[in-house]
Amino acid sequence: MDMSQINRLDDFRWQLTTGKHPIILFGTKELIASMDNKVREQIENVAKLPGLVGPAMTMPDAHWGYGFPIGGVAAFDPNEGGIISAGGVGFDISCGVRCLRTNLFLPDILNQLETIAEKLFLSVPAGVGQEGFIRLKMHELDEVMLGGAKWAIDQGYGEMKALAYIEEHGCMLGADPHSVSDHAKKRQLNEMGTLGSGNHYLEVEVVEKIYDPIAAAAFGIEEGQIIIAIHCGSRGLGHQIGSDYLVQLAKSAKRLGIHLPDRELACAPILSEEGQQYLGAMRAGINCALANRQIIAALTERALTELFGTMQMETIYDVSHNTCKEEEHVVDGVRRDLYVHRKGATRALPPDHVLLPDRYRTVGQPVFIGGSMGTGSYLLAGNVGNPAFASASHGAGRQMSRSQALKKWRGRELIDELAQKGIYIRSNTMRGVAEEAPGAYKDVELVAYATEAANLARRVAFLRPLACVKG
Amino acid sequence: MQPLAGSENYFEHDADIGIIGRGENLEVCFADAAKAVFSLMVNLSSVRPREIVTFEFEEADVELALVIWLNLLIAKAAEHHMVFCDFRLHRKGALWKAIVSGEKWQANMDRGIEVKGATLTMLSVKNDHHRWEARCVVDV
Repeated sequence: MDMSQINRLDDFRWQLTTGKHPIILFGTKELIASMDNKVREQIENVAKLPGLVGPAMTMPDAHWGYGFPIGGVAAFDPNEGGIISAGGVGFDISCGVRCLRTNLFLPDILNQLETIAEKLFLSVPAGVGQEGFIRLKMHELDEVMLGGAKWAIDQGYGEMKALAYIEEHGCMLGADPHSVSDHAKKRQLNEMGTLGSGNHYLEVEVVEKIYDPIAAAAFGIEEGQIIIAIHCGSRGLGHQIGSDYLVQLAKSAKRLGIHLPDRELACAPILSEEGQQYLGAMRAGINCALANRQIIAALTERALTELFGTMQMETIYDVSHNTCKEEEHVVDGVRRDLYVHRKGATRALPPDHVLLPDRYRTVGQPVFIGGSMGTGSYLLAGNVGNPAFASASHGAGRQMSRSQALKKWRGRELIDELAQKGIYIRSNTMRGVAEEAPGAYKDVELVAYATEAANLARRVAFLRPLACVKG
Repeated sequence: MQPLAGSENYFEHDADIGIIGRGENLEVCFADAAKAVFSLMVNLSSVRPREIVTFEFEEADVELALVIWLNLLIAKAAEHHMVFCDFRLHRKGALWKAIVSGEKWQANMDRGIEVKGATLTMLSVKNDHHRWEARCVVDV
């Protein structure tokens, strides 16, 4: 990234001074300098949108997206003409991570990792062109969009106790299935309980290192314990909602008097009819994602129970990183209702926040930074005084394009190399594996370190991958 | 059958993929862009045009028409659990009529990656010396 007109606030916060509105880039100088210039262009454009409150921000894992940069955070006030943007949420609405603890420890599974990988691969449909085990009718899909994870539990996928550990208690209010097109609904009829493709995964991990023993105890984890991470989103339904509204909002922006610095920032005032329609549809997409991860969690538990008999699995937390949510924040000493876009950014609620379950009240919300399949991931906790509307990084972030990765690696060779290191990968696509090569991502350790140093969240544990189903 | 997509059908993007279609008219250009999209999902040489799907849409803005066309193809493919390999498009003013063919996903197909949708990022449809070029970033 071009570092001109970027002022150092401290070693982990940098201010872009090119426009009227402040822009803050979080991360080390090295992380920010290594980002594509498009990240700068995109966040500068976000800062020009109406009704922005506080700075437009990028997280340490930011990279070039569409509309907003991935790793972009921006809050808007509906009463000041603030907007909602489909590009600020992303196509994969409510893409996120469900993190679960098991009562298994590394010695319990060490000699069965390949079997586990194969079993999970056969139990959870993954990759392009794969349908789920569930067949829905159109009216049943409306129930999914209204019920979220609770709908899935009502169908026999998991237990009610999980709901306390899912954002919005597993069900986003304000969903409006009537604002979702038939195209979107038809696309989803056979896709419930599927992982998807790209950077989505179902991973078995071991707690390798604890940084914060008090938070780790609250999360119910200790070193050597086996953790499950599920990374996926709202599947075809969410993708189609994104596609539909991106075009609709681009067409309506002019009529609504919004000057778009770039058409890809298609948006509408939150209080407009178009804005409310998108909000209703997006919330329906969120519920679809919450239901999807609930089903996959249940399929995973069934598969592991078949292998290990008395195995137990409990949700640590389920948190999305592609959303826009109405939240209360204090800005310059004033309490305000804002719509916070997090595009490739995780909500990170601080200790004592009213939305947290009692279990995490003293330590803060669990936050997950997913790394690549060969390196590892971090569990973190939300901090008091988070400077980014309670947001944090969501992943390692790409440092190399997919086509560059394809030129450099072969999927089969990567799988063999990782197996030599004790990491077993299963996937339907060798192309997908090559594109997701560990070397195509930034150093997750650096991202997690910068996240902590910028007070976005603090590290609780490092998780090492053992087996991974790649979408 | 139309020729397969090659490296000239793609451009760089950090997290996603840029696709390019070219042709002597808009319809051929858009069909070429569609081929670039579906070539990301599967090795198209293994797909046969066994089933036909038709649909139409209305859009006067040619750039938005590209995005709508690609997103409708992705939606129709998912709805029918198909992968398309042949793309025909006819335009009369703002009305676009599509005839596409392909087959249901087969277990032995050489799979690539899922395309979630076409975006407005780096979207352009241009005519240069009687040759059309259409491009945009697709989310994968």
